[in-house]
Amino acid sequence: MKEITASMAGTVLNIMATTGDDVTEGQEVLMLESMKMEIPVEASVAGKVAEVRVSIGDFVNEGDILITLE
Amino acid sequence: MQKILIANRGEIALRIIRTCREMGVTTVAIYSDADKEMAYVREADSSVRIGEPPVQKSYLNADAILDIAKAENVDGIHPGYGFLSENAEFARKAAEEGLVFIGPSPKTIEQMGDKIVSRQTMEQAGVPVVPGNSNGIDNIEEACSLADSIGYPIMLKASGGGGGIGMVRCENKQELLKSFESTKTRAKTYFGSDKVFIEKYIQNARHIEVQVFGDSYGNLVHLYERDCSIQRRHQKVVEEAPSPFLSEEARERLYDLALKAAKAVSYINAGTIEFIVDENENVYFLEMNTRLQVEHPVTEAITGLDLVKWQILVARGEKLPLLQQEIQNQGNAVEFRLYAEDPVTFMPSPGKITLFDWEPGHGVRVDYGYEEGSSVTPFYDPMIAKCIFYGSTRVEALAISKKFFADMKIEGIKTNAPLLKEIIEDENFQSGRYTTSFLTEWIAAKK
Repeated sequence: MKEITASMAGTVLNIMATTGDDVTEGQEVLMLESMKMEIPVEASVAGKVAEVRVSIGDFVNEGDILITLE
Repeated sequence: MQKILIANRGEIALRIIRTCREMGVTTVAIYSDADKEMAYVREADSSVRIGEPPVQKSYLNADAILDIAKAENVDGIHPGYGFLSENAEFARKAAEEGLVFIGPSPKTIEQMGDKIVSRQTMEQAGVPVVPGNSNGIDNIEEACSLADSIGYPIMLKASGGGGGIGMVRCENKQELLKSFESTKTRAKTYFGSDKVFIEKYIQNARHIEVQVFGDSYGNLVHLYERDCSIQRRHQKVVEEAPSPFLSEEARERLYDLALKAAKAVSYINAGTIEFIVDENENVYFLEMNTRLQVEHPVTEAITGLDLVKWQILVARGEKLPLLQQEIQNQGNAVEFRLYAEDPVTFMPSPGKITLFDWEPGHGVRVDYGYEEGSSVTPFYDPMIAKCIFYGSTRVEALAISKKFFADMKIEGIKTNAPLLKEIIEDENFQSGRYTTSFLTEWIAAKK
């Protein structure tokens, strides 16, 4: 199980991947808003999305797990 | 008004405290858990914890703020800028609780906060607006046909948007197709409404705004313009007054239009009319900000007035202290926003400021929120301080700026100070020949 975590605290603005999607390394899977800046979150490795743990509008802290990959 | 609550944080809270102190008004600050150690909390006459750091649980929590206001027995609320400052519901609730909201009426906030309604209002008042649609767009087909008729590039904007968030520039149909749904989703997340509209993107334009002030007796004045063309991500970085670009004729036209716009909504208190000015000095209304602006100090520098004081006087029901012909402007002022961010990628850089020191001097004003030893947290705007310089000429103001940034020391986090230094040295900036694409071009040249 691989995890994609938040690079910094912020609000989830958009989620571009759903359970079952195959994502490639470097693909933008989620958009965070932090300090009035949109911060793209990329998949650090390739894999199939097992679970999206957050919803649009959620506040996340740095290090929180956003998406898990199989 | 003897006691006010400041529904804000950081530098603007400190700025409001300073004037309140001079006027003998008692201040109550609110703070989230992340802001407990900040200077404004210490400087206010009293301070009350509002909640956890995220804005929804702190500075956007209208009910909790009103509860504190009542418990502290304040007479009024100063909303500062951002947060709840342009929230009509908050202003209305405050009034219902018998509190004076230091700003315009809830109705005006509502009217100008909806960018589609504000476009319609200005068109009816005879103020030219940026070519576009004033009714909102429901679907992508409508968006594409509208964009075709206006001509690319276009700006796709959220009607409830502001602060540079929720707008996307589209060069062609492919980009519009790509951005349409995501802009609507973002608009919904941020502003609670997915209503969007389209405006023409005006090339080689300047962003010039006019400070206006109204009182409850129908008096309306302007306090000259500010040129805010140097922006990144549609957010301002440098502002100056007067604009180094406008001809006298265009300047007068701009003031007239600003007063016309303010009159159309019977404006009360401090407000700013933002315009786009193209290379032929055609002027278009962009939006109205119904609050004190971040960059108000440049106006204070050239007029010698205290805008926060005026806000409180007007909120107390007094008349504007000066008539239009009594308001003079002199010299040049320029403000640089010092941000906690990477100077090249503009990515935020929160962390602890281990050293922050500068030389005070003639023509130097620093409105800071953070200080040495304090931490920039990832919860709020990354602005550390506003550095404002005043000279009898623009050349003098820029010379003071240059010296200030050469001496200023800030360590512990990345800041945009290197970028600000380069802007001051830039030939086009020095000559006043710059447009809203200044920083985009500057970054492109770096690559």
